[in-house]
Amino acid sequence: MDIRDQVRDFLAEHDPTESDRLDFLRARFDAGLAWVHFPVGLGGLGLPRALQAVVDAELAAAGAPDNDPRRIGIGLGMAAPTILRYGTEEQKSRFLRPLWTGEEVWCQLFSEPGAGSDLAALGTRAVLDGDTWTVDGQKVWTSSAHTARWAILIARTDPDLPKHRGITYFVCDMTDPGVDVRPLRQITGEAEFNEVFLTGVRIPDAHRLGAVGEGWQVAQTTLNNERVAIGGQAMPREGGMIGVVAATWRQRPELRSHELHQRLLRSWTDAEVARLTGERLRQQLSQGQPGPEGAAMKLAFARLAQELSGLEVELLGEEGLGYDDWTMTRPELVDFNGREAGYRYLRAKGNSIEGGTSEILRNIIAERVLGLPSEPRTDKDLPWKELPR
Amino acid sequence: MSTTQPDLLYSEIEEELRSSVRALLTDHCPPSAILARCESARPYDLGLWRSLAAELGAAGLQVPEEYGGAGASLRETAVVMEELGRSVAPVPFLGSAVLATTLLLACGAAELLPELLPALADGTRTAALAVPLSTAPGAAFPTGVRAAADGTLSGRLTSVADASAADLLLVPAVGVDGPGLYAVEAAAAGVRVVRRTSLDLTRPVSDVTLEGTPARKLAGPETAPAALERALLTGAGLLASEQLGLAEWCLGTTVAYLKERRQFGRALGSFQALKHRLADLWLETVGARAAARYAADALATGSPDVAVAVAVAQAHCGALAVRAAEECVQLHGGIGMTWEHPAHLYLKRAKADQLALGTPGHHRNALAALVDLPGPVG
Repeated sequence: MDIRDQVRDFLAEHDPTESDRLDFLRARFDAGLAWVHFPVGLGGLGLPRALQAVVDAELAAAGAPDNDPRRIGIGLGMAAPTILRYGTEEQKSRFLRPLWTGEEVWCQLFSEPGAGSDLAALGTRAVLDGDTWTVDGQKVWTSSAHTARWAILIARTDPDLPKHRGITYFVCDMTDPGVDVRPLRQITGEAEFNEVFLTGVRIPDAHRLGAVGEGWQVAQTTLNNERVAIGGQAMPREGGMIGVVAATWRQRPELRSHELHQRLLRSWTDAEVARLTGERLRQQLSQGQPGPEGAAMKLAFARLAQELSGLEVELLGEEGLGYDDWTMTRPELVDFNGREAGYRYLRAKGNSIEGGTSEILRNIIAERVLGLPSEPRTDKDLPWKELPR
Repeated sequence: MSTTQPDLLYSEIEEELRSSVRALLTDHCPPSAILARCESARPYDLGLWRSLAAELGAAGLQVPEEYGGAGASLRETAVVMEELGRSVAPVPFLGSAVLATTLLLACGAAELLPELLPALADGTRTAALAVPLSTAPGAAFPTGVRAAADGTLSGRLTSVADASAADLLLVPAVGVDGPGLYAVEAAAAGVRVVRRTSLDLTRPVSDVTLEGTPARKLAGPETAPAALERALLTGAGLLASEQLGLAEWCLGTTVAYLKERRQFGRALGSFQALKHRLADLWLETVGARAAARYAADALATGSPDVAVAVAVAQAHCGALAVRAAEECVQLHGGIGMTWEHPAHLYLKRAKADQLALGTPGHHRNALAALVDLPGPVG
C-alpha cells in the first residue's frame, strides 16, 4: 500500500482537529508513522527513511500537531538511535514511545569538567552492587537537564582498564534524589545548560545500554547521530542564519557598504553550498549510502553561523552596540531567530564547541575519512587510574 | 526558488561512464606522458581524444542520437569533465564537446547540424568557440570580428581555448544586421591560429585572426546572443565539475604523500597542523561536489534556477581548485616545486580555470542581481 494511503487511512480514523494532541501523537506512533524507518511496533514500518518526509507533509497538510521536535532534539536525535541499536526489547518498548511523543524529555550526561574533547578520560564512577549500580560524579554542559525525565549517561565501571575500555552506558532517571541540577550561565546571559551533580544515584542494571565495558562504542552511535542531528536538517534556500542577514540587507539599504556587500555575497554562496551539501547528504542517506558528510555539515554550519552573525552586528552599525537582554533565564530550547543580533553573535560561538569542537571534528575527518595517522599518544594503553591528571 | 528536486547523486550509468573514462585515462594519460608532450609542437593528445570520442562516445554525450550522439545529457558530460580534471588530460573536450557543441545545438541551424555535429560527436573533427576563454556568461556580444556583406569575416579574437586543435571555429561576428554566429573552417583562406605561450600547459590558448575568410552563418541577431549565452553558461557550469575532479586529485595525492613522507621520526600526516588543513580542504571539496552536481543537473533539466546554480558552482569550485593545487604544492615541500612532479600541471590548470568563463568574484557579483542582494546605492 502506498504510504500516502496509509496516512489517509490513519487520518480517517484519527481526526487531528478533534482529538487531544497527546492522544493523536500516541496513535500516530502506534500506527508506525512516527519514524517510518524504525521497526514495526516501535513507531515505524521498516520503510526507507526518505518516506518520512512524505508522511510529515501529508500530516502537516491535514493540520495535525507535531511532536515539537526542537524541544526534544536530544531524545530524537541521540537517545533514540542508540536505544534502537543497543537497547533490549524491554528498553525499546518502555522508552521510545514517550520519547517520541515528547511526554518524556531526554538529556545527555557525557561531558565532565575534566573530560571535554578527551571524553574517554571521564571519571564519573558507577559501581555494581547486586543488580543496582551506584553512580557518583559530576557532568557539565547538559542542555535540558532541568526539564529532562531521563538521561543517557556514560560512566567509568573499570578504572583498571585503559580509558576507552572501562566505560559503560546507562539510562539515568533524572528524578532520582541523588541528581542535583544547577544552571550554568553562559556568555549570552541565559543558562541553556547545566551542571549535574550525581551523588549515590541508583540505576538498575536493567537500564544499562549495551554490555559492561562497551560504553565507548555505544557512545559513538550517539555522537555520530548528534553530528547529523545538528548539521543535517532539511533547509530551504536562505533557511538558516543567512536568511536573517539577507532580510536585514534587503530592508535597510542605508546600512549597505561595498565591503559588507562582498562579504555578504561570499557568505551567501557558502550558505548555499552548505545547503546543497546537506541536501546531497540527505539523498545519500535515503538511498542507504551514508557518507562522512555529517561531520562536514557541522563544521560548515558552525563556521557560517559565526561569520554571518558577526557580519550582522557590523551591518547594524550603531544599533549593534546594544543587546536585547542579559537577564538570566533557563530556556527550554535555543531560538536564534527570537532574539537580536548580539545574542546570535554570542550564541553562535558555541556552535564550534558543542557536540564535538571543530578541532576534534577536523581530527575525525583527517583520521577516519582521509586515513591520516593519529598524533602519537601516551595515554591510550595506560590503565585509566594511572593517567596523569 | 528551485522548483523540482535536483538529483545531486550519480546514477549507476554515470558511475560506469566514470570508470571507463578513468580506466582509459589511467592507461593512456600518465603525468609523465603529459609532461613529455606539453612542451612539444603537439601539446594535445589527439589519439587519446579519438579514443575518448570514438570508443567511449564521450564527445557526443549531449548530442541527440539523430546527429550521431549518445542522446544523454549534460549530467554525463559533467562526469567526463570530472575525470578529465582529475587527469589534466590534454584533450580539447571543453572547447569542442562542451562549448562548441552546446553552441551548435543552441543555434538550431537545422540545415548545418547534420553535416557538422556527427563529426564532432565521434571525434573525427574538433571545434572551438572563438571567444576569449575568460569570457563570462552575461558578457556583451564580442565585436572583434566583422561580417562583410559578401559573407566573409575579418577581425581578431584572442585567448581562445582549444583553437589550435580545432578543425572548425565557431565565430561570433557583427554584420550590418547585428550579431551573428558563423562556422569557419580552420583551413580556410585568411585564417591564422597562433598558439600563445600559455599559463595552462595542458589547455593552451590561441589568438585567431580572420581576413576575408569565407564563413557559413549559423545564427542571426534573433538567436545568436542567446545561443552564445547558453554555451558560456554551460561551459561555466561544467567547468565546475572539472575543477572538482582536479581538486580531488590534489587532495588525494597530498594525503597519500603525507602518509608516506616521514620527518621528525613520524609520518608528516600525523601532525595536527597539517591534518586540519587537509580536513578543511576535504570539507570544501565535499561542498564542491554538491555545487557542481547541482549545476550539471540544473543545466541538464533546464531548471529555472540554472543561472544561480552555475554562479554558485563557479564561485565555489573556481576558488577551491586553486586552493587545492596550492596546498598540494606547499604540502609536498621541495618536490612540489619541481618540474618533474605533476603538481604544477594542476596548479596551472586550476589558476587558468579560475579565470575561465568568469572568475569566482565575477560569479559572486552576478548573484547580487540573481538573488536580490543589491549593493550600496550610489
